[in-house]
Amino acid sequence: MADLRVTVAGVDFSNPLIAASGTFGFGREYNEFYSLSVLGGISSKGITLKERLGNPPPRIAEAPGCMLNAIGLQNPGVDYFIQHDLPWLKQQGTVVIANIAGNTPEEYCAMAEKLSHTDVDMLEMNISCPNVKEGGVQFGTSCMGVEQITAAVRRHCTKPLMVKLSPNVTDIGDIAAAAEAGGADAISMINTLTGMRIDIQTRRPIIRNNTGGVSGPSLLPIAVRMIWQAYQRVKIPIVGMGGISSWKDAVELMLAGSTALQIGTVFFSNPYAPIEITEGLNRYLDENGIASVTELTGQMIPWEN
Amino acid sequence: MKFDVKTCRIISKQNIAADTYDFTLFADKLAQLAQPGQFVHIQVPGKTLRRPISICDADKENGTLRIVFQIRGEGTEILSRLKPDDTMNILAPLGHGYEIKDTAKKVLLAGGGIGVPPLLYLAKQYGANATVLLGFRSKDFVILEQDFLQAGCRVIVATDDGTYGHHGMVTDCIDGLAFEEMFACGPEPMLKALAQVANRRGTPLQVSLEERMACGVGACLGCACKTKREETQDETYSHVCKDGPVFDYRKIVF
Ligand SMILES: Cc1cc2nc3c(=O)[nH]c(=O)nc-3n(C[C@H](O)[C@H](O)[C@H](O)COP(=O)(O)OP(=O)(O)OC[C@H]3O[C@@H](n4cnc5c(N)ncnc54)[C@H](O)[C@@H]3O)c2cc1C
Ligand SMILES: Cc1cc2nc3c(=O)[nH]c(=O)nc-3n(C[C@H](O)[C@H](O)[C@H](O)COP(=O)(O)O)c2cc1C
Ligand code: FES
Repeated sequence: MADLRVTVAGVDFSNPLIAASGTFGFGREYNEFYSLSVLGGISSKGITLKERLGNPPPRIAEAPGCMLNAIGLQNPGVDYFIQHDLPWLKQQGTVVIANIAGNTPEEYCAMAEKLSHTDVDMLEMNISCPNVKEGGVQFGTSCMGVEQITAAVRRHCTKPLMVKLSPNVTDIGDIAAAAEAGGADAISMINTLTGMRIDIQTRRPIIRNNTGGVSGPSLLPIAVRMIWQAYQRVKIPIVGMGGISSWKDAVELMLAGSTALQIGTVFFSNPYAPIEITEGLNRYLDENGIASVTELTGQMIPWEN
Repeated sequence: MKFDVKTCRIISKQNIAADTYDFTLFADKLAQLAQPGQFVHIQVPGKTLRRPISICDADKENGTLRIVFQIRGEGTEILSRLKPDDTMNILAPLGHGYEIKDTAKKVLLAGGGIGVPPLLYLAKQYGANATVLLGFRSKDFVILEQDFLQAGCRVIVATDDGTYGHHGMVTDCIDGLAFEEMFACGPEPMLKALAQVANRRGTPLQVSLEERMACGVGACLGCACKTKREETQDETYSHVCKDGPVFDYRKIVF
């Protein structure tokens, strides 16, 4: 048995697998399959200051090797989360991360302040939701925006602060560096890549929002590349995600530079994925005589060109 | 346990109408959990998302589930090529099915097209107390008529083009029928027409809805449908996979 424990921004995880925001609700549904303690952590559905109803349907489409979603941050609001979901989540034996999204820096700061007074373990600031105008993406796509909003929230947040980056940018390395400069304790990446599908009979986009965020296996090579690029630019830990569907994908994202991982879309086809991926990771480490999973982080050997 | 994932052996397969397939799966304990109106979420080799298909019938004693589906796209096409002794990986039974209060009451079941299958397991609970209205595009698409008759129900079939049964819509056949409750599954225009009947007669009506799904268990919030909040009647979104697929029609914003 290899040691699967990892530490991100001072928070200890029993293994590197964290449920990705928006794919796992607030944990209750998947708790029907297994104890949530099989996961290193859970990142909550994106929370906003006030309740949001989300986008009109259809919200989902499929494409080869991936899916698109435009949920539109449907959530009951931060106060409801703190009262009804957080206490239950904290009893499940896993790290609890609150994923927050906002319209203005003030909204992010207000949420950070409220959550700093709770026993949530970490905040993940989503400045990359592609599906709502007011989902923070306006801050997430320029270096100045990323640095400023990170610095502002940092001042209101006593919890470890992770910033979730958008892949819909020209230079991910610059953006990662901006988050670090703003005072982020960690970065998580990547959020979904904006995409679109059209029904060729009706000539309408399948998703009512017209565009949606692409996730799932097809995202893997993009995530690997972006994590590698970010890893070369920052010292803070990277929580890597995008298209993981097997333990091999998990190893790849670790080698590219991740300290911990998030898995999302894979839950939809295989609810038991975290258990299978942890087992696979363990076997891989044992077979290669690696004592701790932390030894994988960033250990890819790039070709010199 | 409410539901689980299981790789099920296909026991039998039949092509029962144009592009329409009838499969029986050995689902063991999952068959025992199944309620009328619930669905199975089927993994399709090579696809990122599962496909939701209604439970058409369940045999608790033998641990089997029956599903009937029509080829609509690539996913259902791939599934239709599976054969007996192949396997299907299902996540089941999912969702909130039809609420059955009193099977001694006379009820009306109305199904349109590929919305017919989930009504069979429900009809079996009511037997002779159920009148079943089945609507199809044409004779080639008529399915399950014999199964409803075998369950002891009174069956009325309608086709859009008049090639079989009544020429017209199922809703044309309602006047003069006596019943205390209605259950339906089918295209939205049919459900809307039935909602008007329910309003006029003051009869309860439960309808089954469809929406595109990812998780199937209520976690991703993908399968939203517009509903009214009970207390305030404000509009909100419910989720077809967990709050439904079956809803009290008064909750739905058509
Ligand atoms: C609760 C529920 C029960 C259902 N029961 C039955 C049944 O008993 N028999 C039957 O023939 N069909 C049923 N359907 C419809 C069936 O799920 C779709 O026809 C099927 O998903 C189409 O997949 P595809 O890959 O062939 O089509 P594609 O169009 O290639 O599918 C692309 C994506 O869109 C989704 N999608 C497309 N059409 C629908 C639809 N009408 N509803 C939901 N998702 C859709 C697919 O799941 C997939 O994710 C049901 C749907 C729901 C929601
Ligand atoms: C249905 C769905 C909803 C999502 N909702 C959120 C969200 O609320 N906040 C967020 O930061 N990311 C959200 N994401 C993005 C995921 O957390 C993750 O970044 C992305 O899906 C890539 O990982 P994957 O390929 O493993 O799914 C969502 C993804 C999906 C598929
Ligand atoms: S499909 Fe995920 S909530 Fe319904």
